[in-house]
Amino acid sequence: MMTNVIKAKNLSVGYGTNVLLKNADFEVKSGDIFIIMGGSGCGKSTLLKVLTGLVEPLDGSFDLLGADFLQINESERQELCRKTGILYQGGALFSSMTLAENIAMPLTQYSSYSQKTIDELVGLKLALVGLRGYENYYPSEISGGMKKRAGLARALALDPQIVYFDEPSAGLDPVSSARLDELMLEINENLKTTLVVVTHELQSIFAIGTNSIYLDASTKTITAKGNPKELLTNPPNERVAEFLTRGKK
Amino acid sequence: MEMLSYKLTQNTLDIVLSGNYVLQNLPDSLPEMFLQNKISEIHIDGAFLKTWDSSLLVALTYFKEIAKKQNLHITFANLPTGVQKLLELSEASAPHLRHSIAPRADFLTRFGDFGVDIFRRIIKGTRFTFDNLKTFFCSFFKTMSTRRVDFLFALDTCGPSALPIVLLISFMVGLILAFVGAVQLQTFGAQVYVASLVTIGMTRIMGAIMVGIIMAGRTGASFAATIGTMQVNEEIDALRTMGIPVNQFLVLPRLKALVLTMPILTMLADFAGIFGGAFVAVLALDIPLSEFIRYAVNAWKLKHFFVGIFHALVFGFIIALSGCYFGIECSRSADSVGKSTTNAVVYGIVWMIVATGLITLVLQRLGI
Ligand SMILES: Nc1ncnc2c1ncn2[C@@H]1O[C@H](COP(=O)(O)OP(=O)(O)OP(=O)(O)O)[C@@H](O)[C@H]1O
Ligand SMILES: [Mg+2]
Repeated sequence: MMTNVIKAKNLSVGYGTNVLLKNADFEVKSGDIFIIMGGSGCGKSTLLKVLTGLVEPLDGSFDLLGADFLQINESERQELCRKTGILYQGGALFSSMTLAENIAMPLTQYSSYSQKTIDELVGLKLALVGLRGYENYYPSEISGGMKKRAGLARALALDPQIVYFDEPSAGLDPVSSARLDELMLEINENLKTTLVVVTHELQSIFAIGTNSIYLDASTKTITAKGNPKELLTNPPNERVAEFLTRGKK
Repeated sequence: MEMLSYKLTQNTLDIVLSGNYVLQNLPDSLPEMFLQNKISEIHIDGAFLKTWDSSLLVALTYFKEIAKKQNLHITFANLPTGVQKLLELSEASAPHLRHSIAPRADFLTRFGDFGVDIFRRIIKGTRFTFDNLKTFFCSFFKTMSTRRVDFLFALDTCGPSALPIVLLISFMVGLILAFVGAVQLQTFGAQVYVASLVTIGMTRIMGAIMVGIIMAGRTGASFAATIGTMQVNEEIDALRTMGIPVNQFLVLPRLKALVLTMPILTMLADFAGIFGGAFVAVLALDIPLSEFIRYAVNAWKLKHFFVGIFHALVFGFIIALSGCYFGIECSRSADSVGKSTTNAVVYGIVWMIVATGLITLVLQRLGI
């Protein structure tokens, strides 16, 4: 079953008069690993903020999981947000809570699980990201890559349908970065989660991406869409070709 | 419909999962069942499963663990492939072993550790104070790596922005002082001495103390919060690795600003307090304004004024150093910023009171 989980219609994104993206149309299908590519400063993080409701778009609308995100009221939005998870660049863990408490927080807030089940779930999620045994550590006591994985465990806590990633491999060594890619693939495959990923990492893009858009800073539009591997063999324009080959063409 | 049903036949537990296994708690009755019955085999069948989420994984992990603990034979049949993969994945991650936690020490050891800890903190605080006083006095002879704009910004927060609240509170304190004094003085028919009381009280000590307490809560706290947040963001590490002395870059502008503004604020607070006293005297005690002024001017002595200003200077050092010290000592979490802000205010006020006691003692010995 291939339904759209996100459908952007004529979406314009920016801050005040600073327009970053004009009249964008794109769809993210259920089960996709959807890559948002583009040069630095072209508005990828901002687009992610719009899709997660942190920033209002300048114009246009988008459907999230079948609901028109800009029309629904606050409580319906919160309801939808529970079906999505976000992994921020630095993990964005709550520094005064242990990893276990961080992951348990959305569960205690939004689910009817018993404490015992929550404890078990926390252990399971941590094991899933390879952090079993770190339950009682504070975020300041673990490394950057571990924070990222812990953040992913928290994003996955409520079994979301969509998980957003903002530059997941930034600041990771090649091996950890590859492992994170594998983890994302496993999650996508086994939990049937749709992943929306902002990344510059070409290796990741080709390894995991099933669909993608390329945001062009100069024209402020989407200049390429499709499977990244196909875009590489058949680039629609110069700049995409340059991006996908690290400027070698 | 029950998502998880089970049947016990001759030491074999058959568990059938069915329907939408979503958001399910672990079954409550199962642990007892394992205690009461002799079970040697568990079969789990997922053929009738429609949808599932992580709670299914929790249940399966739970059975797996029981099986492992009690040495039971466990088999899974017809599980969705995703479930199987995820179970493997979570099992594959080797548990990290936390360093063994040291056993709780006996009372004497803990008491000793406590003492040593206090001693260390005193050393650290003293060193910080001396280093910064040295920087402060050297800054008059040498150029320091301080940004002018930081100093001006600190000057604004310590001066003009704080003035309204300082004036308001000092006015109220003068008012209260006059009222309370008047009640006692009235019994001797000497209420005109309210003017002397308020003038000496405000200039010698109350003005400085009130300004000190306001500035500790207002400015000391903001120093600690600003510097503490910089510590959380690793900005202070960045400064250190750039070879920029934290004392000069962060502490000095704030220290200078507060030491400069404290005496000025205190002078203005003195006036506001005396004005508050006059307000009460004229409106409530029927003392003519000219009379009040005459007594006030008589009571006003340069030495009282300078004692007040000296207090203000000392308080300025204490508040700025306490705010900056606890900001820098902040650790890397959001609530440590809150803690260091609290500490900055509490220790600032405590040391101000201690300093007042010491100064008063010394002045009394000197007969000033
Ligand atoms: N809060 C904000 N207010 C105003 N402008 C902003 C804000 N945040 C970002 N911008 C501007 O929007 C533009 C795009 O920023 P954004 O963070 O979306 O870029 P990006 O594509 O994620 O870049 P990078 O790959 O470097 O992370 C930048 O030019 C930035 O100056
Ligand atoms: Mg970005």
